[in-house]
Amino acid sequence: MSPAQTNPGLSSVPSGALLEVRVVAKRFGAREVLRSISLEIAGGEFLTLLGESGSGKTTLLRLVAGFEQPTSGEIWMSGSRLDTLPPHKRRVNTVFQHYALFPHLSVTENVAYGLRVTGAPTSEIPVRVADALRMVKMEEYASTRPAKLSGGQQQRVALARALVNRPQLLLLDEPLSALDANLRKQMQLELKQLQRELGITFLFVTHDQEEAMALSDRIALLRNGALEQVDSPRAIYARPATAYTAQFIGQTNLLKCEIRDGVASSGTFRWPVTGLSNGSAIFSLRPESIHFASDIANGETSVPFRALVRQQVFSGASEQLELDCGGQSLRVRVPSRGAVSGEHDFAFAPADAIPVKDA
Amino acid sequence: MYSRVYKAFVSLPPLLWVTLFLVIPYALMFAHSFWLVRDGVILHQWNLHNYAKLFQNAVYLEVLFRSMRIAAGVTVLSLLLGYPLAYYMSFYASVRKDVLYQLVIVPLWVSYLVRGYAWKTILGSQGVLNGFLQYLHITHEPVSFFLYSPFAVILMLTHIYTPFVFLPLYASLEHIPRNLIEASQDLGASPRKTFLRVILPLSLPGLLAGATFAFVLALGDFLAPLLVGGPSSIMVANIVQSLFGTAYDWPLGSAISVCILLITVTLLFLSELLEKRWSFR
Repeated sequence: MSPAQTNPGLSSVPSGALLEVRVVAKRFGAREVLRSISLEIAGGEFLTLLGESGSGKTTLLRLVAGFEQPTSGEIWMSGSRLDTLPPHKRRVNTVFQHYALFPHLSVTENVAYGLRVTGAPTSEIPVRVADALRMVKMEEYASTRPAKLSGGQQQRVALARALVNRPQLLLLDEPLSALDANLRKQMQLELKQLQRELGITFLFVTHDQEEAMALSDRIALLRNGALEQVDSPRAIYARPATAYTAQFIGQTNLLKCEIRDGVASSGTFRWPVTGLSNGSAIFSLRPESIHFASDIANGETSVPFRALVRQQVFSGASEQLELDCGGQSLRVRVPSRGAVSGEHDFAFAPADAIPVKDA
Repeated sequence: MYSRVYKAFVSLPPLLWVTLFLVIPYALMFAHSFWLVRDGVILHQWNLHNYAKLFQNAVYLEVLFRSMRIAAGVTVLSLLLGYPLAYYMSFYASVRKDVLYQLVIVPLWVSYLVRGYAWKTILGSQGVLNGFLQYLHITHEPVSFFLYSPFAVILMLTHIYTPFVFLPLYASLEHIPRNLIEASQDLGASPRKTFLRVILPLSLPGLLAGATFAFVLALGDFLAPLLVGGPSSIMVANIVQSLFGTAYDWPLGSAISVCILLITVTLLFLSELLEKRWSFR
């Protein structure tokens, strides 16, 4: 692998970094929650911290917000040290997972809170609050108490409240996880649009890889407190560095191979590889990279094989097949084509089999 | 659903209890307050004489106002002690929480009377406090005003009722979601502003409940003035006691009791009203 993939934060430096996380580690007692995290976020970027629960993504967010102190390492923002400042002095605002709206204040008062406590001019406050509420389409609920609002509405108010201070960086801690699926899709679109319009840098935490891919400019995949890979959604999907990444981002088939003299072999499959030394290797082959042999125009460059269709799951435009190829099971996604059973000929292009690190 | 027999079975004992020991006594007290006593005999003649006497005789009003002043003093002092304690325990005493909590509760297991006598020993002219002051050569002879003064009563009642203020306060502070405090800091509020704008408003229901406890309990106290108060700090309950006892003027005693009851019920009602307004969930 190239060094960019093993230590992404340090090498792939975007120009004009707004936030720099420098070799940050965090322990809670004996538990190591974050291990030497280095990450840079460019101004205006939408970066997602993606990971399973317990991967340390929320802890990293809390370090940036100032609710936790790093055990070692530094965090810088706009060229000055951030991690030594108390939370209320950071030009960073947070949208909390459970919204954290003040129950004793109305929607307007909630949104005005940040302006009031930071001493914004009194004459400006109503205008800016109204602007913020209009931005999230909540003007008509201005005098309502949070308890009277639905989850989605509370989410919008939380967003307006966090944006009213015009932060340089907005932190979002799984903001959509409490919403039902349809609303979540809609809010994703609105969030993305808002981020583009405002040009504010978003640092977004989620465990939902689809959400991460839909929203982000770049995804930082965290695993057990360490950065697994940082890249754009397309790049991370097309070229996962490790087997873990390949499985976590989208679905994949992992092929355990032996490489000998430029030829990879896995079960009944054989295909030519370049630039890989002899020994064992793992390849990631996305389900949509496997096709019915009859669908491929140029059969010569592909790896053909015959397999038994064991199961078929229909999902509208596409369907998923479970193949049995000499004891090796493969997952395939093909355009919908009606019921399929028995043995068929399939093929994949050697270039679609991506070598990944077994980690 | 539960059968009618079962419902009657479970609700009858408490209903009986309430009727026998609350409703009937209160009704008797209420009736007595409109009767009169002549030559040591209670006459069942309806009149407003007792209430007239209460509002005409300066002594009764003075004692009533003094009781309210003492109760207010106890309330303020218990809040001043109880709030910081509850605040510290809820937000900072991570590991020591349980120990501290027990330490606050333990005095409640000690008899009220014992604690009263303890204060007598501490404040008396041969007491611990005077001995200490003389040992330090701050005073050269026993200071007598520690004991037998409204100050001693307030001190003792504060000691006794601070846990009652602490408990609801602590509960309400514990119920404040911590992410609200983080949200406040996140939006730029200093710790002081976070306290004033988020923590204090959200702890008001507990504060109110504690204050009501302290005031109502202190208002009706009669042991503290008896033990450490002396004649200058007679409280309304002492008057009631003597009217029902040696003076054998049950009608007047009942009239005073009805007044205290009205004050207490009004306070509880107001407190409930405010608590409802201040609770947001």
